[in-house]
Amino acid sequence: MTVTDDRPTYKWVGTRPIRHDGYEKVTGKARFAADLDLPGQLHAAYLRSPHGHARILSIDTAAAAGMPGVKAVVTGADFPDLDPTDPNFDVSVNVMARGTVLYNGHALAAVAASTRAEAAAAVAAIQVEYELLPVILTLEESMADGAPLVNEHNITKFVESDGPSNLATSNVVERGDVEAAFAAADLVVEREFDTAYVHQGYIEPHACVVDVGPNGKADIWASSQGHFMVRALTASVLGWETSRIKVTPAEIGGGFGGKTTIYLEPVAARLSEKSGRPVKLVLTREEVLRATGPAPASKSRIKIAASNDGELTAIDCWFGYVVGCTNDFAGLVGAMSVASYKFPNLKLEAIGALTNTPKSAAYRAPSAPQAAFAIESVIDEIAQTLDMDPIDIRLRNAVVEGDPTAMGMPHPRIGFVECLEALRDSDHYRSPVPDGAARGIGAGFWFNIGEQSSATVNLNEDGTATVITGSPDIGGSRASMALMAAEELGIDVYSITPVVADTESVGFTDVTEGSRATFSTGMAVVNACRDLIEELRARAATILGVDLDAVTWVDGTAVTDGKDPLPLSAITAKAKSTGGPLTVTASLNAGGAGPSFAVHCCDLTVDEETGQVTILRYTAVQDAGTAIHPSYVEGQLQGGTVQGIGWALNEEYIFDDAGSMENASFLDYRIPVASDLPMIDTIVVEVPNPAHPYGVRGVGETGIVPPMATVANAITRATSIRMTSLPMSPPKILAALDTD
Amino acid sequence: MSRTHITCTVNGDPVDFLASDGTSLLDALRDELGLTGAKEGCGTGDCGACSVLIDGRLNCSCLVFAPEAEGTEIVTVEGIADDDRLHPLQQTFLEGAALQCGICTPGVLIAAKALLDANPDPTETEIRYALAGNLCRCTGYDKIVRSVQEAAVQLKGAAR
Repeated sequence: MTVTDDRPTYKWVGTRPIRHDGYEKVTGKARFAADLDLPGQLHAAYLRSPHGHARILSIDTAAAAGMPGVKAVVTGADFPDLDPTDPNFDVSVNVMARGTVLYNGHALAAVAASTRAEAAAAVAAIQVEYELLPVILTLEESMADGAPLVNEHNITKFVESDGPSNLATSNVVERGDVEAAFAAADLVVEREFDTAYVHQGYIEPHACVVDVGPNGKADIWASSQGHFMVRALTASVLGWETSRIKVTPAEIGGGFGGKTTIYLEPVAARLSEKSGRPVKLVLTREEVLRATGPAPASKSRIKIAASNDGELTAIDCWFGYVVGCTNDFAGLVGAMSVASYKFPNLKLEAIGALTNTPKSAAYRAPSAPQAAFAIESVIDEIAQTLDMDPIDIRLRNAVVEGDPTAMGMPHPRIGFVECLEALRDSDHYRSPVPDGAARGIGAGFWFNIGEQSSATVNLNEDGTATVITGSPDIGGSRASMALMAAEELGIDVYSITPVVADTESVGFTDVTEGSRATFSTGMAVVNACRDLIEELRARAATILGVDLDAVTWVDGTAVTDGKDPLPLSAITAKAKSTGGPLTVTASLNAGGAGPSFAVHCCDLTVDEETGQVTILRYTAVQDAGTAIHPSYVEGQLQGGTVQGIGWALNEEYIFDDAGSMENASFLDYRIPVASDLPMIDTIVVEVPNPAHPYGVRGVGETGIVPPMATVANAITRATSIRMTSLPMSPPKILAALDTD
Repeated sequence: MSRTHITCTVNGDPVDFLASDGTSLLDALRDELGLTGAKEGCGTGDCGACSVLIDGRLNCSCLVFAPEAEGTEIVTVEGIADDDRLHPLQQTFLEGAALQCGICTPGVLIAAKALLDANPDPTETEIRYALAGNLCRCTGYDKIVRSVQEAAVQLKGAAR
């Protein structure tokens, strides 16, 4: 279902063609990074730290190097030491430990051999002497007075610092008079919350194949959210010039933010350089869980003041994000999530704390879900206390265009009110809550970003087109690019071939992140098409023997008075005689990304015998701006929602006291399966973003922000117990019921 | 290391290959036979990305030793289309946008085929349980379940 504000109707934009890369993906022909093999290729394996924190006294690789099939061994000594102030220093030490292992699972050596079994056997023969160091696993341990350092190179960001510390970031934002507002409030609700580490859980483990040729140039095939990022970070970690590296994007088997950085490529490159052979490096699932990804765990304290008629007059909150072993901006970003409501008086404090756990990584609207869980829970409690409808209290306080964000800048045109109204008027919300069940509401948003993109559009001799971009397609963006190009050029969407090209075949393009591909790269495609249309008009004028001003472009044809319209294919057929190939490249650093708001609703039951939560019905409402391909917009909402349901109910990292992850498999780190869920209904609201030619906002991330509070609020209404700790797994539910 | 000579049928074609005792069927399919449609998402039988049919039964090929394939008939995602005509599941998955990144799709298609081969008229709950061994992190399963339902309708129509 779609609720449209006032956008124009289009011929192609908003239709649902079969995606261009679909045939390969349903027939097993799509090439993911692990599907590639090169002649003479070696297989690599890692040695990883069995300790949560230790100094490496010595690494003896002599025995390993002499084992059957072994062609190369690398350790930290094979990589240049970046200066700790280098922006890629943390990536570099995470790729391969230097001197100290910072978490259980930290890579400290790797072997390339003829077979995987030989590489694994050689890894086991590497001798390492460690001096164990104190292991810090929790926010409290990290922030305690006199706590041992997690990472001796960490310097706190955004505040004056007199040396290394366990504090990653510290921010305070204030406006209005918070104390006075609390003193005058009719109602104050204060709660503390905590959330666990969760993993993005992409089904494809990280993989790459790297071939360093005799000229010293590296060919890299890798699965990532941005191959220009892979090139830049790999060059930095190796101390190479960027021009030595070509990265070809493989199909990517899920990323969700977790593939916006690198782990493998410099290691495979060095092994290939030393052995003179191509090297394939593929992580196991256990390695993916132990050494990539997780989104920060968090604690928070939220205090909100309200008037008896439901106006939210002040918020005072503190967020602590547990960011793992290296610095991360999670704390800075997460606190911005309060910007869904007007809050005339506001105080936000946020910190990030280091622990001896894997370096955290972005995960879909990074840091917002943890904060939204807490804030949306407190707002729900206020609505319950005041006996207000949970949508009404949000409508009463929702931000609209011009209201300040947490950082003070005014919101552009946004669709939060429209989303709330769409849910209020939906069949789901108007239907009675089923017997024995309870209903919860939650909201959230994400800013989205623009960043740099490039696109080349080539018109072929027969009037078909190739649209070449540098944005890895993680959710159907090739189809979006083709739809926008079809709309612009006026040709059939299936006459367009969308391509994601390697780093030497398309202009620089930032990572597919921040819900930016269809927004920003789409804008580059549109700009290229518009330049092409100008060129097509000029060619048509030449062919028709008329002035350029006499030619207009209408629905894929050049039109001029008194002559037959000239279709695009008639112009491309005469390209040679009218000035040569028809090709345009456009690039931009896009501004004007539009925040995307969402409101979710779920009905669920709680089994008070087992603690099991069963979701009966779920509706996700979100403002897409304009849905270029509605099926894939719905898919983003549904996928984000179910990841959020997993975060709410099941998923968590469990560490032992020494920092070893005890549930590093898909059996024990349980993500939602089909039988856990109902259909996920969607309502796509379209409040066009004025900064994009088709009104696109970007939809990829917001869907994961509301589910935790939505589910928690429903559980609270089912059990009369306010749930404040994620995941709300059966043992936690039972414990809460027992103590009630 | 000694290797065993294995003869079986894959997607209707007689094939033979050599495999060590510890080689999984998944590795044999991918490395020896060049059939990379089945994916390794976990290697422990928890994600279903490596699903194949062995004598009509659904299996995680990462949990099957290659020598166990001797004399069997194996179907992988590369073998479910009828020449150039996609299997109805493949077609409904495309039309229903039942895939995003596509890494789980080969295994999901095989598991769904195993279901519809055995039960041409499954309920939504039966579909959800039949696919419970196939992890998908992109779609939330909604469009997958709907596409299986639609394929079941089409297959029943064709059988009439």
